[in-house]
Amino acid sequence: MLEGITILIFLQFLGEIIAGVTRVPIPGPVIGLGLLAGFALLRGKMPEPIVIAGDSILKHLSLLFVPAGVGLIAFGDKLMAEGTRLIILLIASTAITMTVTALVFRFLTRKDDAEEAP
Amino acid sequence: MTFRPLDPTVFWIYLAEQPLFFLALTLAAYLIGDRIAASTGRHPVANPVLIAILLVGAVLLVSGTPHARYFEGARFIHVLLGPATVALALPVFRNRALIAKQWRAIAGALFIGAVTGIASTLALAKLLGLSSATIASVAPKSVTAAIAMGIAEQVGGVPQITAVIVIATGILGAIMVTPLMNLLRIKDYAARGFAVGISAHGIGTARALQVNEKAGAYAALGMALNGLMTAILVPLLLWLFL
Repeated sequence: MLEGITILIFLQFLGEIIAGVTRVPIPGPVIGLGLLAGFALLRGKMPEPIVIAGDSILKHLSLLFVPAGVGLIAFGDKLMAEGTRLIILLIASTAITMTVTALVFRFLTRKDDAEEAP
Repeated sequence: MTFRPLDPTVFWIYLAEQPLFFLALTLAAYLIGDRIAASTGRHPVANPVLIAILLVGAVLLVSGTPHARYFEGARFIHVLLGPATVALALPVFRNRALIAKQWRAIAGALFIGAVTGIASTLALAKLLGLSSATIASVAPKSVTAAIAMGIAEQVGGVPQITAVIVIATGILGAIMVTPLMNLLRIKDYAARGFAVGISAHGIGTARALQVNEKAGAYAALGMALNGLMTAILVPLLLWLFL
């Protein structure tokens, strides 16, 4: 467990350094995700300590958003002037985005399947 | 030696000075939220993040605790978001064979989904007559907070507003995904997961992981890829729209 956590934090740190040096607008943890996926793909195997630590963290991924989410209540009043319109905007555009993405994904998957068939 | 009854105000002041109290409060609120979610059979509206936020928020409001004081304790949980994001490589790696085969669907849905996310936000914001500072703050709302705040700052938005909007988007997306996909009759967990990862980043991914591992893998992939795509597209589309 400890070994895996150490590697995950190290990869995040490496990601932060890469983000800082190259000035790409991607956060360190997302670069770390890419590094870990790339590393495992090259090796053809995910190291066992990372699997143990990673799976235990991901089981409660939702928990990790609670502290930031409490900011909704703390800073929500700043948005009140445009509050109702903002909520309409968020609901509508999230629904549109989700629908379009899923439909495009399904459409292209089917075409792939059709191409695979002899 | 006399025993005096404990003064509740004094007791509260003592508690409120312990960062540990807010750490414990956050964990307890989440456990209650998760218990409620589980008891409803993971009903989409019973979102554990939302329940926990409301419980913690109520305690902070009633006690008049400033957010900064709360965060002194809660940040110990918050810092784990970094290594957890790195760990999202796990479900992606496990589903690598499938992902490699579906690269066309992934690339197409990524590009069109990312453009739709930003363009629909900008169009609706204009339609609703929101101020241009607000528009710049909400444009990157579908991606993970760190990326979104950086983009907002770059295009003249207010990063603090973006952070709040991003969280709200994630919760709305996590609640919306199951009923919406059922309505559209999209049964493939790959499509469902990818759609929630593109539109509702990490909170949507957390929901997907709770429902199905394959959905979680595609959500993680969608979230990571959309981070890159949105960083490129927001400045471009804002320039076209405004």
